[in-house]
Amino acid sequence: MALSVEKTGKTIDEAREAALAELGAKEDEVAFEILEEPSKGFFGLIGSKPAKIRATIIERERGPIDKAYDLLKQIFEKMNLDVTIEKKETEDGELLTLVGENLGILIGKHGQTLDALQYVANLAANKGREEDRVRVIVDVEGYRERREETLKTLASRLAEKARRTGQKIMLEPMNRHERKIIHMALQDDSSVSTYSSGDEPFRKVVIEPKNRRRGGFRKGYRRDDRFGHGEGGYRRRRDSYEHSESEKVDDREVYSPDEKEELVDGITYAGSYDGKAHEYPANK
Amino acid sequence: MKEIVEIIAKALVDHPENVVVDEKEEDGATLLELHVAQDDMGKVIGKQGRIAKAIRTVVKAAATRENKKVTVEIV
Repeated sequence: MALSVEKTGKTIDEAREAALAELGAKEDEVAFEILEEPSKGFFGLIGSKPAKIRATIIERERGPIDKAYDLLKQIFEKMNLDVTIEKKETEDGELLTLVGENLGILIGKHGQTLDALQYVANLAANKGREEDRVRVIVDVEGYRERREETLKTLASRLAEKARRTGQKIMLEPMNRHERKIIHMALQDDSSVSTYSSGDEPFRKVVIEPKNRRRGGFRKGYRRDDRFGHGEGGYRRRRDSYEHSESEKVDDREVYSPDEKEELVDGITYAGSYDGKAHEYPANK
Repeated sequence: MKEIVEIIAKALVDHPENVVVDEKEEDGATLLELHVAQDDMGKVIGKQGRIAKAIRTVVKAAATRENKKVTVEIV
């Protein structure tokens, strides 16, 4: 589709701008050809000639984000869903926002379907790319923001509970992004510390009250001493984390206070969250 | 439903021409069998079946919309 327009203007720049506006394109997406140089004529009055240019849209190579876009578009077509996909660049990655009526079906329980779509969209976008991998975020109109609010509220509620009961609280399994939200929400809360435990996809956040002895169990046991990073354990070691996919597992769904020691032994700590892999094993 | 599996699989594999999905009806449920080139198996299954799971999740959403029961198997 070699879309092309011819425009005139007092100057070449003016003609260019008019052409870009008409094509709805950015400067680097268009090739310009000067058809006529402008001339001022005599005292700018007689015989002045406008600049004339031709602007043609350059056939752009389909980038990674287009592949993700195409895949989603095709899926929604087959689902008979009327979805508009809006593209936007954000600092977290390329954001594809799905807009339409009744898109709850694309979100699923706790965003499972949305995450699955996002995952395949990322795979499609980065297929064959070893470097320069792009990150694609798929959202349904404000869902991720709402979910973030929900998780933050949950985090402070459970932190309060941990404080009150003196016991650690294990959340349900969450993906990396959601765990980050919990960790971040509580990182400035000096009364609790948080870390992640277990292997994907069952990895969960644990909220633990600090000064647990006052909480009333396990006399003489201070895990702060044992691990050497009590205060702000989540944040303090940000330079020493490394990614580990095969950490020791603790996948127990239900967790009773008597089992705390074994659990602690298998525990891993979530590192600082900078969007990269961020888990690292605890010192043994 | 069948096409959705095809579309996703083709977007992920190196040999999209070898992607075939067979559709079978079993006791009111639909079984979709996804076939890909041998060296593309990993591309549709993924580490710990993560990709397979994502494909199933998307198909399940589509099936729910049509009140159908659909299983996806990779063979």
